[in-house]
Amino acid sequence: MTGRSQVDQFIRAHRLRPVELLPWGVAVLAYFGFADYLPLGSQILIMILFAMSLDLVLGYAGIVTLGHAAFFGVGAYAAGIYAVHVSGEPLSGLLVGGLAAAIVGLVSGAVILRTTGLTLLMLTLAVTSLLSAAANDAGFITGGNDGLQGVAINPILDAFSFDMFGRTAYLYCLAVLFVSWLFVRRLVHSPFGRSLVGIRENVVRMHAIGAPVRRRLLTVYTISAGLAGIAGALLTQTTQFVGLTVLSFERSGAIVIMLVLGGAGRLYGAFVGATLYMIAQDQLAEIDPIFWDFWIGLLLVLIVLFARGGILGLADRVLLLIRRRR
Amino acid sequence: MSALVSILFHGLAYAMILYIISVGLSVTMGLMGFVNLAHGVFAMVGGYVTVILMNTCGVPFGLALLAAFIIVALLSMPLERTLYVRLYGAGELEQVLFTIGLVFMSVAVVRKLWGPLPQPIALPAMLSGQIDFGFRAFPTYRTFLIGIGFVLILLLWLGVDRTNFGARLRAAVDNRRMAESLGINTSRLFTLTFALGSGLAALGGGLGADILAIYPGYAMEYLVYFLMVVAVGGLGSIRGPFVAALLLGIGDTACKYLVPQLGAFFIYLAMIGLLLWRPAGLFGRA
Amino acid sequence: MTVALETIGLARRFGALVVANNIDFKLEAGARHALIGPNGAGKTTFVNLVTGRLSPSAGRILLNGTDVTRLRQEERVRRGLGRTFQINTLFKGLSVLENVCLAVGEHAGTGGEKFRLAGARRAVVEHAFALLERMGIVDDAGRLVKELPYGKQRLVEIAIALGLDPSVLLLDEPAAGVPSAENRVILDVIAQLPASVAVLIIEHDMELVFRFAQRITVLVQGAILMEGTPAEIAADPRVREVYLGERQHG
Repeated sequence: MTGRSQVDQFIRAHRLRPVELLPWGVAVLAYFGFADYLPLGSQILIMILFAMSLDLVLGYAGIVTLGHAAFFGVGAYAAGIYAVHVSGEPLSGLLVGGLAAAIVGLVSGAVILRTTGLTLLMLTLAVTSLLSAAANDAGFITGGNDGLQGVAINPILDAFSFDMFGRTAYLYCLAVLFVSWLFVRRLVHSPFGRSLVGIRENVVRMHAIGAPVRRRLLTVYTISAGLAGIAGALLTQTTQFVGLTVLSFERSGAIVIMLVLGGAGRLYGAFVGATLYMIAQDQLAEIDPIFWDFWIGLLLVLIVLFARGGILGLADRVLLLIRRRR
Repeated sequence: MSALVSILFHGLAYAMILYIISVGLSVTMGLMGFVNLAHGVFAMVGGYVTVILMNTCGVPFGLALLAAFIIVALLSMPLERTLYVRLYGAGELEQVLFTIGLVFMSVAVVRKLWGPLPQPIALPAMLSGQIDFGFRAFPTYRTFLIGIGFVLILLLWLGVDRTNFGARLRAAVDNRRMAESLGINTSRLFTLTFALGSGLAALGGGLGADILAIYPGYAMEYLVYFLMVVAVGGLGSIRGPFVAALLLGIGDTACKYLVPQLGAFFIYLAMIGLLLWRPAGLFGRA
Repeated sequence: MTVALETIGLARRFGALVVANNIDFKLEAGARHALIGPNGAGKTTFVNLVTGRLSPSAGRILLNGTDVTRLRQEERVRRGLGRTFQINTLFKGLSVLENVCLAVGEHAGTGGEKFRLAGARRAVVEHAFALLERMGIVDDAGRLVKELPYGKQRLVEIAIALGLDPSVLLLDEPAAGVPSAENRVILDVIAQLPASVAVLIIEHDMELVFRFAQRITVLVQGAILMEGTPAEIAADPRVREVYLGERQHG
């Protein structure tokens, strides 16, 4: 293959490929095929959005964080408080949740992204713990330990009300996820997205080619926080409740696991990982909730030792083997 | 005034436990550059061993503590040699995920074996009650903790400053490649240090069973505290975490006492502030 | 003659250790200047100070007349400063073409664009491609950098710096450890650099230095020992002493 055709290949590499429409086909099929499981389906879609937001920060930019639940939780609470005190209109609630989370992301990012390594990890934990403590203490507005009750949501666009089978909720989440995906996909395939990969691969070199590293990191952190906040808002609106668990370390840990399980830094790892994790949790955690933790722990250890790219990484390796055999 | 003395006293006892548990983590993280989030498991297991031996086998407190130290230290060595060693060069994310996986597994096993409730601890009669110091009476057990804490710290600091092992350890923390070129067997040093740190954590877990309750969530819930002590103290430092433990122990006790509605909030805020002011820790290397 | 790069009293200390000692240095526009000195003399430290990777304890740095001492690395790069690293500092998991595209894109100001696809700016890709052609590695454009041998990686390292279209180019031992095939390419490329670019090259290969340089600065223990034309440097007994340890009596 000559160099010039490699240029053409490079220019085409970022365009949409047909296989990328597969998840949406599956999601639509699921709506019709798994009509009894739509509430679980909505949860899966929400977690995919949450994991996708984390992928921007962890997978692409390489920022190791155990505190992403902070933004999810802020979005959840903001949307809940908005619904209770201002208006039950869902779309503006989403906006409020996303905006609140993005502001928290911007402020905390500006402060903590100056650090790296263990210090940064600690700070992400500390910020989440801080917000969790604040939510607990401000019981008069957040409901404290009991959670925020009475979150009533109006019909979407005054036409689609939430039904008890979860049909509206599912389609609502699917629509939000789709729009978010369009945005994130464009972002990761843009020069900005590629520069994030550059920062992850070799930050020294990025500085030395004149890239404004800190500004890029803060930007992606803020965008990611906003998306996580929208996911949190979706959770509040579809379950009509917000509890302290949205700000827990367990929530941060679970979303990291979901992303790594699917494969970080490849956009669709979030789809694969979140789906598998949520389905497995739904089926297996019933059987033996204690040992759910054990298997997840073992899975993590095995992934790190043998399959660092997660499921999609394994799939890549298998495809490579198949191609070599030909 | 009396409240202040109480806060200082209880805070100091709490700080001792935090330090004894965390110092091993500080040294191994500084020495191996390895983010070990599973350190809390050693303290948890140490606590369980101590309490189970005492409650089920009637072993006296002191012996139970010693057994906890030895058992955990010995068990940690093959763990380090077989699993941890594969990840020394790996990235931060890998180390975090791996050690969290270990935590999940241990927590599940512990919960299966001994149930989700906190283990009851029956302090030896000699250590319960109060001691009268003339101007005030203090709980005997906390006084004992402070006392034994000082003794352990003294032994530790003398050991690191005066012994050959300590000298080699300090050299390897400072500059591993240089230490190796001087003929120091750093792999063996790692394993021994890891064992010592884990044993100390186990000891701390057992000693502190009254302050940090022994239950399956131990390894996760208190992890943030241990990490804060190490991060604020400075990785690889032996004295740094002591100052950090004092700040955290006394600060946390003060907040819980003086502003109970906002207790934890201020501590996290203070820790964030400290880490931003000194990202490498109070006594860390920049 | 305009001065492209100048340092005035540049110094850097680590406690009691002085790694840069009151360095007054001038790099003329279009210069071909070499920086030599024994190992540990502080040559790379000097480059790190000039590029902003390391902050000075004292002194000033002027780039094309502007005081850049307080500016961050990326600001200096945008004002025309480019460098290569002594050890290949590349995006190993990315393709050769993408490595250079990142640099060209940043220089073109399109590096932060969020709503175009990465390949969409054809001009950026074509420019990167042209650089690869010049370095002779165009057939490897699609391969990942980590798959390339050391010598070819070094060519990528230089291509990245050239992609920044710098007015001041700092080359830190560009040919070190490189097999002869790539070595020749590197020497050709350096020889053919535009006359408008001021080039400072750190090198140990004296043959390369004397062939390339119009002026040479000798750095010893963080301070400038002397500076002059190649002939002056070759004749100076102090330089010989520093390099060969010869003692001159009388």
